[in-house]
Amino acid sequence: MATLETADDPNQRPAVIGPDHDEGQGPRRRDFLNIAAVAFAGVGGVAVVIPLVNQMNPSADVMALASIEVDVSKIEAGSGIKVAWRKQPVFVRNLTPTEISEAKAVPVDSLRDPETLDARTKPGHENWLITMAVCTHLGCVPLGITPSENRGQFGGYFCPCHGSQYDTAGRIRAGPAPKNLVVPEYSFKSATTVQIG
Amino acid sequence: MSFPWAEHYAPKHPLMRYLDEKLPLPRLVYNAVGAGYPVPRNLNYFWNFGVLAGAALGIQILTGIILAMHYAANGLVAFDSVEHIMRDVNSGWLIRYAHANGASMFFIVVYIHIFRGLYYGSYKAPREMVWLLGVVIFLLMMATAFMGYVLPWGQMSFWGAQVITGFFSAIPVVGDPIRMWLLGGFAPDNDALNRFFSLHYLLPFVIAAVIVLHIWALHIPGSNNPTGVEVKGPQDTVPFHPYYTAKDGMGLGVFLIVFSLLLFFAPNALGHPDNYIPANPLSTPAHIVPEWYFLPFYAILKSFTGNFLGIAAKLWGVMAMFGSILLLFFLPWIDRSPIRSSNYRPMYKWFFWVLVADVLCLGYLGQAEVTPTVVLLSQICAGYYFSHFLIILPMISKFEKPLPLPNSITEAVLGEPAPAAA
Repeated sequence: MATLETADDPNQRPAVIGPDHDEGQGPRRRDFLNIAAVAFAGVGGVAVVIPLVNQMNPSADVMALASIEVDVSKIEAGSGIKVAWRKQPVFVRNLTPTEISEAKAVPVDSLRDPETLDARTKPGHENWLITMAVCTHLGCVPLGITPSENRGQFGGYFCPCHGSQYDTAGRIRAGPAPKNLVVPEYSFKSATTVQIG
Repeated sequence: MSFPWAEHYAPKHPLMRYLDEKLPLPRLVYNAVGAGYPVPRNLNYFWNFGVLAGAALGIQILTGIILAMHYAANGLVAFDSVEHIMRDVNSGWLIRYAHANGASMFFIVVYIHIFRGLYYGSYKAPREMVWLLGVVIFLLMMATAFMGYVLPWGQMSFWGAQVITGFFSAIPVVGDPIRMWLLGGFAPDNDALNRFFSLHYLLPFVIAAVIVLHIWALHIPGSNNPTGVEVKGPQDTVPFHPYYTAKDGMGLGVFLIVFSLLLFFAPNALGHPDNYIPANPLSTPAHIVPEWYFLPFYAILKSFTGNFLGIAAKLWGVMAMFGSILLLFFLPWIDRSPIRSSNYRPMYKWFFWVLVADVLCLGYLGQAEVTPTVVLLSQICAGYYFSHFLIILPMISKFEKPLPLPNSITEAVLGEPAPAAA
């Protein structure tokens, strides 16, 4: 690229007035202006990023904690049902006395996520095991809510995705899942009605 | 850059000369993939696969843009809109099958391209940047393919999204908030589907941009070749056009024949029948498997079943799975041997093929049902995968005695010393 003679070019910008460096005289006013302008633009840029990132979070209608009521009167001992709450499945299971005693017989210290059956049920309703039906490994729905499904070797739930096994208190006993099935917030409105959420 | 003996672009037609002054795009093309780009004369057919990957991306973008004209990214109608494409849209079945199988073809081609790089040492200096950008493209491809698989909103789509976003919940403390942020909810739903569609449309163009960087970085040192010996003079190269445009054209023909066989005779062979069941958040399919091209990594994920060193099995699995890919970023510095081509590396050559077999085994184990035997085999194969890179490669670059290299590409081709360079 050849350099053109621009001395007489009227489009040429005038030379910057004043020397480029005031040698030995410390920062110039222009340095302050540069830093202030860039810093202000930076703050503005970050402020704009916040809503752009935050819009990805669950929206208000998703966060609205819809609570549901479940009629448990028709659930026979040894069986259970799956209900949907906040778009996620929940297990409501009626434990048999054998299942309860099995869960209680396990030494709590030996568990990966130590919790007693009592801590995972409501007093007076300890035959009702209500947990999220979401495997704590990667979120699959475990099998075993009805007796005809595979309940794994601990009689609770078996996750078909990666082989996690839960016992009759919904506690993790084998496989890759790190935690027990989560117990959602719930309460008994009457002997046969449960409010989840 | 190019070699000094590269042919110069000299447009003859006045219009082309005018264009060359104002916007030298033809010059760029001429120097990139035309007669102005000298390429080693001895490239074999494995060097077709870069161009084939580009062609596969082109097919995906073309068919994808068309599918987006008929698809609706809403949880209520997404599944039906895909069936609408399959049954009602004119030639919709063809375009959708081409897109679904095109993804498989893209991955087949890219896996061969990656293993070509591993065999011939194309990742080594001076081509490290080419390799790094390639790994970036591979990661982007995996993200794009995953999000694309979610869009039909069948059972495998839904549960694939659940499992793969579940990886992020393995991160301590911030894992669950990150997962909720990614999904926009507690479980995959309409918000997740919409954003996956948006990103699935965006990422292929990002891939195309990184491919430009990949080729740019490649054209600085120029292509590697089956001997791994550097180009020494004009006698070692031929112009890209017409020599390799013709050779790539031949490869493209074979690629399209294989693609057509898959597309017209077995369009569902690589898919999963469960994805023709609409997404049901209350019921997990009995046996979740990802698409075939993720299976080796899925097997690594599944191979961790117990807590270890105080870190949960889930986090180990996820770290190992991501680590198995991120490890590739360090490969140019892990392999210290200065010899590129395995043809002259008697020990590495064996371990290369063992690695290929290991990855194929992992692929098989990835789709197998979880039994104690499968878990044990996955652990062995996953362990071997990591040992290959972390133990075997550094060891053999110390002890291996390479075979004598040819003095030049021309000598390797003609079997006699090359005449002195002009």
